[in-house]
Amino acid sequence: MRFSANWLTEWIDHGLTDQELADRLTMAGLEVDAIEAAAPEFSGVVVGEVLAVEPHPDADKLSVCRVSDGEGEHDVVCGADNVHVGMRAPYAQVGAELPDGTRIRKAKLRGVASSGMLCSPRELRLSEEGAGLMALPQSLHAGTDLRTALALDDRVIELDLTPNRGDCLGMIGIAREVGALTGKPVCRPPVEEVGTESERKVGVSVEDAGDCPAYAGRVIEGIDTRAESPVWLQERLRRAGLRPISPVVDVTNYVMLELGQPMHGFRLEALQGDISVRRARKGERLILLDDRELELDPELLVIADESGPVALAGIMGGRETGVDARTADVFLESACFAPTTIAGKARSLGMQTDSSHRFERGVDPEIQERALDRATNLIQQIAGGRAGERTLVRGSPVARPEIRLRRDRLRAVLGFELPDDRVSEILKSLWLEVILDDAGWKVTPPSFRHDLGIEEDLIEEVARIHGYDQVPVESLPAHVRPGPVPEAEIPLSRLRQCLVERGYQEAITYSFVDETADQLLSEQTEPAIPLENPISSDLAVLRTSLWPGLLAALAHNVRRQQGRVRLFESGLKFIPQDDDIKQEKWVAGVAWGASEPEQWDGRDRPVDFYDIKADVEALIALGDGPAGDYTADRHPALHPGQTARISVAGQEAGWVGRLNPETAGRLDLPEDVYVFELPLAVVASGRIPSYTQVSRYPAVRRDLAFVVDESVPAGDLVAVAREAAGELATDVRVFDVYRGKGVDSGRKSIALGLILQDSSRTLTDEDADKAVAAVCRQLEGRFSATVRD
Amino acid sequence: MKEVEQLTREAEQAVDDAEDLRSLDAVRVAWLGKKGRLTSLLKSLGDLPKEERPQAGQAINEAKQAVQARIEARREHLERAAREERMARESVDVTLAGRGQRRGGLHPVTRTLERIEEIFRQAGFGVVDGPEVEDEFHNFEALNMPEHHPARAMQDTFFVRPGEVLRTHTSPVQIRSMQHSEPPLRIIAPGRVYRCDSDVTHTPMFHQVEGLLVDREVSMSHLKGVLTDFLRHFFESDLAVRFRPSYFPFTEPSAEVDMECVICGGQGCRVCSGTGWLEVLGCGMVHPEVFRHVDIDSETWRGYAFGMGVERLAMLRYGVDDLRLFFENDLRFLRQFA
Repeated sequence: MRFSANWLTEWIDHGLTDQELADRLTMAGLEVDAIEAAAPEFSGVVVGEVLAVEPHPDADKLSVCRVSDGEGEHDVVCGADNVHVGMRAPYAQVGAELPDGTRIRKAKLRGVASSGMLCSPRELRLSEEGAGLMALPQSLHAGTDLRTALALDDRVIELDLTPNRGDCLGMIGIAREVGALTGKPVCRPPVEEVGTESERKVGVSVEDAGDCPAYAGRVIEGIDTRAESPVWLQERLRRAGLRPISPVVDVTNYVMLELGQPMHGFRLEALQGDISVRRARKGERLILLDDRELELDPELLVIADESGPVALAGIMGGRETGVDARTADVFLESACFAPTTIAGKARSLGMQTDSSHRFERGVDPEIQERALDRATNLIQQIAGGRAGERTLVRGSPVARPEIRLRRDRLRAVLGFELPDDRVSEILKSLWLEVILDDAGWKVTPPSFRHDLGIEEDLIEEVARIHGYDQVPVESLPAHVRPGPVPEAEIPLSRLRQCLVERGYQEAITYSFVDETADQLLSEQTEPAIPLENPISSDLAVLRTSLWPGLLAALAHNVRRQQGRVRLFESGLKFIPQDDDIKQEKWVAGVAWGASEPEQWDGRDRPVDFYDIKADVEALIALGDGPAGDYTADRHPALHPGQTARISVAGQEAGWVGRLNPETAGRLDLPEDVYVFELPLAVVASGRIPSYTQVSRYPAVRRDLAFVVDESVPAGDLVAVAREAAGELATDVRVFDVYRGKGVDSGRKSIALGLILQDSSRTLTDEDADKAVAAVCRQLEGRFSATVRD
Repeated sequence: MKEVEQLTREAEQAVDDAEDLRSLDAVRVAWLGKKGRLTSLLKSLGDLPKEERPQAGQAINEAKQAVQARIEARREHLERAAREERMARESVDVTLAGRGQRRGGLHPVTRTLERIEEIFRQAGFGVVDGPEVEDEFHNFEALNMPEHHPARAMQDTFFVRPGEVLRTHTSPVQIRSMQHSEPPLRIIAPGRVYRCDSDVTHTPMFHQVEGLLVDREVSMSHLKGVLTDFLRHFFESDLAVRFRPSYFPFTEPSAEVDMECVICGGQGCRVCSGTGWLEVLGCGMVHPEVFRHVDIDSETWRGYAFGMGVERLAMLRYGVDDLRLFFENDLRFLRQFA
């Protein structure tokens, strides 16, 4: 809501500076967004009257105008095409200074002398619109200083209103609020009784008072179509951000700004018979003022005449019945439409208007007659016309709630005590009816405060007007109890720290991704869930993997000359499952480039599978539970020879591997990208340590190398060896893998270190030999392994 | 006995001439070994007259001891020299960088979130989370935003499926907490939220932290206390904080919290639009309608709730001037927050 500061002082002589006013309003919950000068600084600009217009002898686009500044006549070269004889326009005299600092001097334009300049609104910075001269009202006298003529020494105050304060979408509401804050009286502009001078009348029926609690209307005929709105009215509209059009339209807009009551004018000749306020019928059509054609349905409330809908109630009028500057006979509407009927409709149609904005928030249901009379007064003052009798349809008045405000509750919620007098004073200053009794107050809010319905509403009003800064600042009462700390759960912060220490930088990417990328990278076969209203096509579906976002971030960094990238992210993925969406927390990482930062001793090598696997192992090890099992497997996005499916204690635990070079190519990524993705639920679940006795006897180590087929996974070899070695084996580790000389091609040598130990005695050579023999036997049998000497 | 003295001098000279441990050992063998010259001298004692033997024996033993001591001293010297020489060879260029992995870093939003959580944990708030695809009941209805409520329309909601949205705020976690736990409650709920809006100052995803406290004797003065403390600890500055009436459907009374602009110290600058104040939090007392939706008796229990934008706090804390940087994940940006 934008309004002229000077206009407000007509309503209430608040005695505050602009800044004081803004501070008071802001601290009362009506946030002032800006205070702007109604016009920038300029001088020497007066109302000019164009007496004659001749074409420029030497330039097609220019004309030479004879301009009166009230005292003398001047030749002015002008390039605007809307200049015409009799027009009044801003005339910057020789010596004038314009807002941009330009000083106007005598000049010759293409050989013709020009004294001064006729101005466009843009040149005076009064508007963004720049086409043509600024047409001033004919009522202005040539020579009057423009600042005085238009009362430009004013400020525009812009309020950012919260949706509960529809009552402040008119000067009347702002004035009341300022009255409550300053204790100064509010002066409403008087409304004169309207005499009946016309017999014409449009009958009104309302189908459902629930949709339309009040509808007031009146014919005005014989309006002077040559009249124009007075300067003060035009300027107030302009300062509120509205464009003056014609007296009838201007007045309806003005009354809306003044009283918060949206109004509408119908062209009387275009109305056929009486009108009704009713739900649209399926299939009915209506062409609106903005030329859009709508197919209507019973969700929408319309004003209809005997031929069908003529306006979308509370939102926008129809084109056929619209008022323009040539309209002499109108039917004025001043109605109250129910917020619940209007709410959401304008938005879903994509046509939010000043009118729908107010009706959605609730218009005072008792102001329709007053607004109608006020508009009639103004139209008659400006453009004459004969008013008809008022038509009024009003449902039974809405009972206003009596709200109880308990003294105890007020104190308990605010945390401090206010004297009864002060509370009563505040409530009364807000136009509430107040009865004080033993327990507190019985309060009836006025018709225009729809937002006041319960005790808390009143508590807020009291606090707001008294000032939130008066509420004491106290520390929390300490009802704090020790809480659970599940020790076997690894907090996400520790997983993050682990990756950070291993060189990863945390990323945060959008939860919605490109559909193609998600399809390429996800193991899901069901398509990702699309958003109904995505912001763009590359952010269109809910991710089913964290890789699309991370890989996009990788690509971003590769394009920016980063030679080594390690990124991780934790967050939800959204897995479609039957009719449900599983929202699972995962942690994922990508690595590309050198295994370690570039160093001086030439150890550089590119990151490989075992680097990233080490990172995964480190994460799983945080839980101190069983290590993961890694099984070679296929994943649609990963390299078929460098992919492991992970499980921990029999639970699926995600993937680690190298991005399939083809996938990488399709995503414009380098070939050698390594990735992992692990479900947080599995990675974050660990165990609570449980002590086992440390053996006091020495361990024995036996090293053995086995030659096996390439296809035999080392992990299987270790598992079998471990089992074969029996209880004495405390560890079996791979300490070398060798291919080449001495080993047949297609085979490899895997060296195992067996660590044997007993808790009750020192092991003998025979014990160790027995274990080694068992291992050899098993490995030979299961994998055709041969012992290498 | 002249001979002994002569030999001793010779031996000592040989010791002193030994340039390394190996030659020193050779000297030892040559003089004190089994067939060493001083040892041999001892063996030739038998050739002397009986009465001279003790004296001669003593002289020879003293000579041997003297030479032995000389050798020990020399050995020590040579060892030290050798050690020093070796260490001289082993010296490294300490200015070269250390080897191995370089630490990465947390995203600034995470860093900020952890800081916020830490501050509230100290006041006994537990950290909880909730789903991001949320139903309209939790995201709107239960928060006193029925269908067509203007506040609901203002939230630029992403719609997922009928009745389901991407949560537009972390407030639904309030509802879930109150549904699942009995009061008293003290929680904060950090997380991602989504709005269908993207321009210089809006990203379609951002982070909020929601706070909720439900207890018997809670008032607005406690709300002012906890948020004033929070902001001062978060910014580690005794900055001015003001509470300004506002409107949220799920709290009443409601307030916006402004703090003194940390960029200009409240003098007025571009960041605070010349006002000296920065809007950083929304808050209020839990609305009775919200309690009604979760079956908590608003006569027995009262509560306060608050919500804050994490990116905004991070921007102010670390001087980041463009919101979009948070989601570009450019390493040159991210590395500044290790």
